[in-house]
Amino acid sequence: MTPINASRIGAPDPPGREVWLAPVTVMLGSLVTLVPVIATVPFLPPFGLMLLIAWRLRRPDCFKTWAAVPLGLFDDLVSGQPLGSAMLLWTIAYLAIDIVDARLVWRSFWHDFAIAAGGVAFVLVAGRLVATGFTAHVDTVLLVQILIAMAFYPLIALLVARWDPRVAE
Amino acid sequence: MAPQRNRRPGFSRRAQYSLFLGYVIAGAGALFGAILLGLSAINPPAYQHLRGGIREVTTPVSSALDWVRRSVGNVPEAIGNYFFVMSENEQLRAEVKATRPVLVQAQSINRENARLRALLRVQDVPVQSVVTARLVNSSASSTRRFATLNAGSRQGVRVGQPVRGPEGLIGRIVEVSPNTARVLLIVDTESIVPVRRAQDGLPALAIGRGDGLIDIRSANVANIPLNSGDLFVTSGTGGLYPPNVPVARVMRNADDASLARPMASPDAFDFALVQSAFQPPPEPATQAEPTPGIDAP
Repeated sequence: MTPINASRIGAPDPPGREVWLAPVTVMLGSLVTLVPVIATVPFLPPFGLMLLIAWRLRRPDCFKTWAAVPLGLFDDLVSGQPLGSAMLLWTIAYLAIDIVDARLVWRSFWHDFAIAAGGVAFVLVAGRLVATGFTAHVDTVLLVQILIAMAFYPLIALLVARWDPRVAE
Repeated sequence: MAPQRNRRPGFSRRAQYSLFLGYVIAGAGALFGAILLGLSAINPPAYQHLRGGIREVTTPVSSALDWVRRSVGNVPEAIGNYFFVMSENEQLRAEVKATRPVLVQAQSINRENARLRALLRVQDVPVQSVVTARLVNSSASSTRRFATLNAGSRQGVRVGQPVRGPEGLIGRIVEVSPNTARVLLIVDTESIVPVRRAQDGLPALAIGRGDGLIDIRSANVANIPLNSGDLFVTSGTGGLYPPNVPVARVMRNADDASLARPMASPDAFDFALVQSAFQPPPEPATQAEPTPGIDAP
């Protein structure tokens, strides 16, 4: 990294590799559905969404506000959900995180964890409601899926921290 | 983590407008997503070309991962086979000797069956297999149950064709692109398969539950006991699935509706056989003409 210039203290960092790395990792997270397993229950956490939330909580400046729309579209194309569900739900979750983030003054990891849990649970539950009928027996499995996703969140946050160029050196 | 104020644009009008515009675009995008969602609810195969395009790119990756998984998974088995090949050979020879008389008997029964069917003028529609391929990945993060087949319209796969494995029915093709296809598994909540009980031909419907099991519901009126262990096979009704493909085995005793476990367990899908859609023969024409062979005692 370039040495810190005294005249730039307090100014935002110049954009680094997170500009392209963040969307690419989110899309790779969506592509985890390519694992060669024929699932009979939804067990795989929504890695794309978790990466989006982790990047958003760590680096609010690396996504435009509308970034969740195209990323959600890509997720819809590979996830098996009806097209438009992630476009809508990811954007709602992203804007909700914006509002929560503006209210909180300091965030600890556990605040981040709670925000991510809320976002993931909202998107999965709402996605279940739009994709499958009320009579489907998927609710227990969905709960387990949310728990698996939360168990993975610290790992996702750690990865994003590794990839963040601001602390990489 | 300290609050980050980078998003507050300060006094610059231009920066303020640009931030506001970001929220407007996000809101419009969400609305657009809601409209697309409504359209896909009305017409599920909409956007299949978009999904197909992505699948064309991603399926080779999935196929390669699948190949790696199978190769690694086969190593222990191959080692075991190497050491036990002699004893297995002995065992197989004994088995061949034991089954030879049964085979001869089965051949004669087959011949007799064919003769009787010819006598009754039963019209058999040959079910042709289209292609043998592999299911390489699935919608593991969604509550819908789709899988991707690594063969498509270039290999002759068409929408609506049934897909079966060695043990039983897997699902049917819902979307096709040149080299890939999307399969709706029978455990999906929107899959309904007309079935009948193998023992007595009791008609029923096999409806996916979404949790890996299948609901068997009797299509008849009332109080039909379903017993644990009853095997249900496709009935051929509706002309989509060919008859007599095993679908599911009932798990517990119940009346009229019961839980069943699919015969083809998806994790063990080795090969997926795509067959041509089964069409029932034109029945009115055959019934109209007199059939003296049946009336004669």
